[in-house]
Amino acid sequence: MLEINPTNARLWARMGSRAMYGQAILDLAAARAKDLMIVSADLGRSSGLGRFIELYPQNFRNVGISEQNMIGVAAGMAKEGFVVFASSFAPFIGMRASEQIRMNMGYMNMNVKAVALGSGVAMGFLGNSHYGLEDVAVMRSIANMTVICPADCSEILKTVRAAAEFDGPVYIRLTGDANASFVYEEDYDFQIGKAVILRKGSDLSIITNGTMVYESLEAAKLLNEERISSTVINLHTIKPLDHAALNEVIANSKLIVTVEEHSIVGGLGSAVAEYKTTFAKAPPQLLLGLPDRFDIIGDHRYLLNYHGLTGPKLAETIGAEYRRQGN
Amino acid sequence: MELDETMAYAREMRKKILDVSYSCGKSVHIGGALSMVDILATLYSAVLRLDSENPKWAERDRFILSKGHGALAYYSALLLRGYISEDVFASFQSNGSDLTTHPVLNMPMGIESSNGSLGQGLSMAVGIAISGKARSQDYKVYVMLGDGECNEGSVWEAAMSAANFELDNLIAIVDKNNFQNDGSVATVMEPGDFLKKWDSFGWNAISVDGHDVAAVHCALTSKNIIAKPKVVIANTVKGKGCWFMENKAEWHHNRLTKSQYEMALEQLNSVHA
Repeated sequence: MLEINPTNARLWARMGSRAMYGQAILDLAAARAKDLMIVSADLGRSSGLGRFIELYPQNFRNVGISEQNMIGVAAGMAKEGFVVFASSFAPFIGMRASEQIRMNMGYMNMNVKAVALGSGVAMGFLGNSHYGLEDVAVMRSIANMTVICPADCSEILKTVRAAAEFDGPVYIRLTGDANASFVYEEDYDFQIGKAVILRKGSDLSIITNGTMVYESLEAAKLLNEERISSTVINLHTIKPLDHAALNEVIANSKLIVTVEEHSIVGGLGSAVAEYKTTFAKAPPQLLLGLPDRFDIIGDHRYLLNYHGLTGPKLAETIGAEYRRQGN
Repeated sequence: MELDETMAYAREMRKKILDVSYSCGKSVHIGGALSMVDILATLYSAVLRLDSENPKWAERDRFILSKGHGALAYYSALLLRGYISEDVFASFQSNGSDLTTHPVLNMPMGIESSNGSLGQGLSMAVGIAISGKARSQDYKVYVMLGDGECNEGSVWEAAMSAANFELDNLIAIVDKNNFQNDGSVATVMEPGDFLKKWDSFGWNAISVDGHDVAAVHCALTSKNIIAKPKVVIANTVKGKGCWFMENKAEWHHNRLTKSQYEMALEQLNSVHA
């Protein structure tokens, strides 16, 4: 069984999120090959599943380039008692097959885990056709769905294990490229639906997930040098929302900042805002993420920088907004 | 096979469909329900391995109604097979009823999946058939599609994969009644030669008269060619059994008046008596 430690955390971050998904599945298969089915739509190797396919051919089915069919097939397997993981690039599974997800995983509540590879702008030079800009907005609007966006490779491992144990449909959104940053290097308590407070501060709170957790922590360090004290919350589960964690930051922050590698329409920021509007008195919110447009292409790091989603740029934007609010 | 028994089952299904279509007082998908009655009567009276006392029986044959708008026929078959009570059946399309226009997954009632969005049932059937083979279970998976439904591209994704995975435990039935919502399939979207299409997708394709229960039974129960899924193209008449509905596009979804209900019953009683 894979162990989260500093050596592995470094190795996995180099491999990146897609390869890590394959590692996590291989690890899972060692424990429960009897009731596990992994489905791919011609992206088995791109999902880091090469080794798994060699070792567990009986647990793998490739449906070809047919994401809609993949979800239905996965649901049929789940109906027969298998725990099923189905993966493809974010827009192809989270949007092209979204109505199949709605019928099979939402309406019928089938125990399928839909895994979106390379969401956000991780697909780099492949361009906007392959970017996951809107998938969270679509997935979290479907009843019965649980939506998780892990912060780094260690959290991908934790998410895959937790999703396999969890009886119900889950959308797992992988962000980040190879040679990525990492947040965790020791094992920690991960529970679906329970946010992780990574840093406690007294002025503002940054609520984030996916690749933006690392960047937000970096931003918090820089803000601290300006004597702005920030809480950083890894809200890995966007649905269901951890209301208890949000209650705490809404009550005790002068500014709420949401940071996501997703369109600012309908994602993490929107989910937090929807909940926050139920409070008579709540701090203002700064929504940071990808813009509501199909923008330029480039490698992952370049695009994060371009969109102002790196630690230093976030610190700059957040600091300016914090001061603009009169703090 | 008891031919008479299946014919009586079909006659009783038609009667139940007419009764509830009239009593619910609303427009219902009756044309495409009546076209598939004889096929479902054959399945539920003589083909499917089922136990209504044990709806989750692991060894049961699975039936998926991909053409969800055929639910009236499905519910009437389940009623006669003891899965659905008379009271529940009579609640069809009433406020809060479990029996919607399109079926909703309900294992105690023998309803294996939620449908209504066309082009999805075959994929689920493929997943169930793969599972049966992976676990060396000998149940069969039956799935009913409409000919209009075959406009959906996802049907052909699923068809390709069924052949690829050599699912000889999978039997699809296409209720080829030649009509879809907006009119005849020829005027809306000409499907071409279904037999050739399914055959070229790697299926063992058989064409039958979908109202000849002996022929339907034979087609459904003939041994599958090893490593090939089977499709039965059932040539049917939309609205079959009600002379004023037959081959009339407006009876895809329509409301029965009292006089129409009485006319339909009269025909049912006289023809099949």
